[in-house]
Amino acid sequence: MTAVQQFNTTRRAFLGGAGGFVVAVTLPVRLRAQGGAPGDAPRPFDPNAFVHVGADDIVTVLVKHIEFGQGPWTGLATLVAEELDADWSKVRAEHAPSDPKLYGDPGFGVQITGGSASIRTSYDLMRKAGAAARGMLVAAAARAWNAPASDIRVENGMLIYGDKSASFGSFADAAAKEAAPQDPPLKAPADFRYIGNPDLPKLDTAAKSTGAAMFTLDVYRDGMLTAVVRHADKFGAKVAGFDADAARAVPGVVDVRQIGSGVAVFGRNTYAALQGRKVLKVTWDESRAETRSSEQIATDWLAASRERGAVAHAQGDVDAALAAAATTLDADYVFPFLAHAPMEPLDAVIAPAEGGGVEVWLGSQSVTIDHQTIADACGIGMDKVKLNIMLAGGSFGRRAQPVSDFAREAAEAFMAVGGDKPVKLMWTREDDIRGGFYRPLSGHRLRGGLDADGRIVAWEHVVVGQSFATDTPFESMLIQDGVDGGLVEGASEIPYAVPNINVSNHIMRGPVPVLWWRSVGHTHTGYVVETFIDELLEKAGKDAVEGRLALMSQKNPRLAGTLRKAAEMADWRAARPADRALGVASVQSFGSYVTQVAEVSMADGAPKVHKVWCAVDCGIAVNPDIIAAQMEGGIGYGLSAILFNELQLGQGGAIMQSNFHDYRSLKLHEMPEVDVAIIKSDAAPTGVGEPGLPPIGPAVANAVRKLTGEPVRRPPFVRSMTA
Amino acid sequence: MWNALARACALALGLAALAACGGTEVSAPPAPENDGPSEISGLKTPAAFAGIEDDEARAAALFSEMTKVMFHPRCANCHPRDGGPRQGDDMSPHVPQVVRGDGLGAPGMECTACHGASNVAFATSEGSIPGAEPWALAPASMGWIGLDATALCAQVKDESRNGGRSLADLVDHNTKDHLVNWAWNPGDGRAPAPGDQATFGALTAAWVEAGAHCPG
Amino acid sequence: MAISLKVNGETRSVDAAADTPLLWVLRDELRLTGSKFGCGIAQCGACTVHVDGQARRSCVTPVGSLEGREVTTIEGLKGDVADAVHAAWAKHDAPQCGYCQSGQVMTAVALLERTPKPAPADIDAAFAGNICRCATYVRIRKAVADASDTIGG
Repeated sequence: MTAVQQFNTTRRAFLGGAGGFVVAVTLPVRLRAQGGAPGDAPRPFDPNAFVHVGADDIVTVLVKHIEFGQGPWTGLATLVAEELDADWSKVRAEHAPSDPKLYGDPGFGVQITGGSASIRTSYDLMRKAGAAARGMLVAAAARAWNAPASDIRVENGMLIYGDKSASFGSFADAAAKEAAPQDPPLKAPADFRYIGNPDLPKLDTAAKSTGAAMFTLDVYRDGMLTAVVRHADKFGAKVAGFDADAARAVPGVVDVRQIGSGVAVFGRNTYAALQGRKVLKVTWDESRAETRSSEQIATDWLAASRERGAVAHAQGDVDAALAAAATTLDADYVFPFLAHAPMEPLDAVIAPAEGGGVEVWLGSQSVTIDHQTIADACGIGMDKVKLNIMLAGGSFGRRAQPVSDFAREAAEAFMAVGGDKPVKLMWTREDDIRGGFYRPLSGHRLRGGLDADGRIVAWEHVVVGQSFATDTPFESMLIQDGVDGGLVEGASEIPYAVPNINVSNHIMRGPVPVLWWRSVGHTHTGYVVETFIDELLEKAGKDAVEGRLALMSQKNPRLAGTLRKAAEMADWRAARPADRALGVASVQSFGSYVTQVAEVSMADGAPKVHKVWCAVDCGIAVNPDIIAAQMEGGIGYGLSAILFNELQLGQGGAIMQSNFHDYRSLKLHEMPEVDVAIIKSDAAPTGVGEPGLPPIGPAVANAVRKLTGEPVRRPPFVRSMTA
Repeated sequence: MWNALARACALALGLAALAACGGTEVSAPPAPENDGPSEISGLKTPAAFAGIEDDEARAAALFSEMTKVMFHPRCANCHPRDGGPRQGDDMSPHVPQVVRGDGLGAPGMECTACHGASNVAFATSEGSIPGAEPWALAPASMGWIGLDATALCAQVKDESRNGGRSLADLVDHNTKDHLVNWAWNPGDGRAPAPGDQATFGALTAAWVEAGAHCPG
Repeated sequence: MAISLKVNGETRSVDAAADTPLLWVLRDELRLTGSKFGCGIAQCGACTVHVDGQARRSCVTPVGSLEGREVTTIEGLKGDVADAVHAAWAKHDAPQCGYCQSGQVMTAVALLERTPKPAPADIDAAFAGNICRCATYVRIRKAVADASDTIGG
């Protein structure tokens, strides 16, 4: 982000015409051209951030990113409040409405939340918005008090001049008439009061602790039907026919209709719909279904990994270096399909609205794509769709939909039952676990070489898997020259200085829909790189921390900084009880740098993770407590997957898991203690929603290898129980 | 056809045994000579053992037959010797993790947090969550996962470990107890224990009648 | 059929089949939406309410089984323990997405009502049936311990 190029205000009615004023800011944004190449053309007339100051003193920040726990409501409000000098107790956050012109992501060109980008893309933008609002309030006060603007102080939601003082609200209407400052000055970091404050309370905690917070599932409309959909048991299967007699006979079942994704049962209430679905008979055409087992897919992927694929990164001559190496290490890795399993099963509410339009309530992450998809499915223009973005009960990538699967399903269900009454689409946990859009199954082949002095001289890595960009609007952006950035990120640029490197990929195709999953490619590449380097260092007789630092300090000093810090926190060299071991891993992802050290023992053949020390460098720490929480959460979510999770297809392609009894989630008693240190930095802030995850798997794996002598190259550590 | 007939006979025998257990004097069920040996759903009736003349041997064989029920996952899953119940036919640790507490679970996570007075079918899928009133773990002293039939038999007879039950109490428990009965009415998605409660009760009564000797 | 149900101190009459899970009666009929649907099979704890003061998964509780019982939902929580739990949740900013937190709070209150001074193992045991996919567990643990410190002297 650079300086403000255009700066406009709008005074459009705020949320139905309440008093006060609204500020909008435009920063130059880099549009992605249709062909995928980033362009430099700014969008000069699109305001893309809003702050509202009300006559009631309430400052409302409209947040362009969906809040599902990663903290953008508090984070973006912090940026505004800082420059506005607002009273934090009067600050509120709401989701911005769907409007790609106003709220589009500078990278994707659509309104979306992803890539741990909310703070990164908002840091300048939202501070400018706060500063502009402050300037307008000051101007209004200066006019009323006949005082020079420069002599008016702003403190904690109050405007002060000599013995005069007034709250923001008393000048809200007057401020609306003032011109927005064209280039409002921003504070020096030394003057920050909210940014970097670890004690700033989150804005959404109270409502989320009392049951008051409204999620999509909590939306009820008069006359609303609840729809549940019978989906196929195999990916790629299509409805061949269905018998709805028994379903229709269930009291409260109103209708049964085929839609694109299956057969929808509509009930006057949830239980009726569920009972109806239980007795619905559907026959499936499996002629184009995935009939391979996940075991077979893994075998196929590993077979492909024998050959080098499309090259993502190459330097030196890896073949010659391997041939000349004194010692070599070969390793195959397989990572399973993973479901995201957000706590709130996927859902949407859609209702007829005035003028032939619809109103939608949706935990929408790919806002613009969802908006367009719903409009298309309803046969109306986007301007006829009012999309309310709801708090969502988690996502972990699942809601960031390139093809809007469940938003489309909701719109199709709404239309199938007449398009004239509200419909709530609800997925059950079974629908979610068995619904696809998984983290892709991947296979990896690694070959490493050491010279006679124990230096790592060769590194070859072949990554094999499906791309979630295939056949989506993101394809041209993410796949270039046969290389899928989402597949090889974290592998193509390792933090270690190795002279001869070759990293390539094979993009496979298959009927199982796949998707980004919290930290995307780093979920598997981070594991591979960090366990393989650990094994190579051990072969070379080097300490895991010192050996990494020697290869990383020059090439990636910020990552090295987190490694030094985490090792210090864990007292890396101190003796441990005989049954415990430490493992370490460092991964840079989404512009942030994280090292974790895990203390592990084995119990009944499974790792028990006692404690994790985590050091993170994410530039300027806007909300230290949210950063810590995201590290804790990334560790817990990652540990759950690495210990327990594997979505399996059995013989014939049948999906094996269905709910939390066989797709096991980490519980409180399995959660390690976590200590987080945030590296002090003046660099621009980067995201934390995803970067806390990648190191935990390899850190635990490296500790387990010390305890058992065996590398774990095919997680999960504890096979999921199958029902 | 023969099976149905045998089943009906066995059921009648079992009911006779049940009636016989009502009094303080426990009497052995009648022992038909040649037409009686039969079983109900994988559990032999006492008649099947009538031909064993030696009391000790007959008692041991009867008890071994009883263990088909007692070691069955429907029974054994809630008779662990350690901290928590098992589940499923593979007797895997209960998910979610449950600790014994006072036998009714932990404060905040009692057995009754999930298990009610009867089996409840899941609304969202096939299957059910089991229930009976009360739903509880057997005390650890009555746990038998991992024991063999000999050790189990000794434990079952030991009043310091069996909840202070006399042999007659054991017969009564096995014949009538509501929670024991659940093993044959486990709800959708679970296989019942072999036989039925009446046959299990009759086996227990016959074992006691034969002297309650244990398998060697 | 009409079923009478005592929820949060009030007797309510609802038109529902006796086998309807309490969760859907609370949500669809009474619009008490604080109790969440997460799994439907008593595996996640998001639907936790109190029945006669004890934690209970409403997704597997037939509404017809509650005659003469007192149901308390997150909306009806009150008292010193509930206040202490809410204060501790705020102090530690426990929630992330927040969807499971009604259930977590209900479990915390049920635990502390019966065991005001829980050992770490008691907290582990009580929360073993409450999933948080955001893994806010570190904070829940601290918040429960804090709440314990502030109740009953």
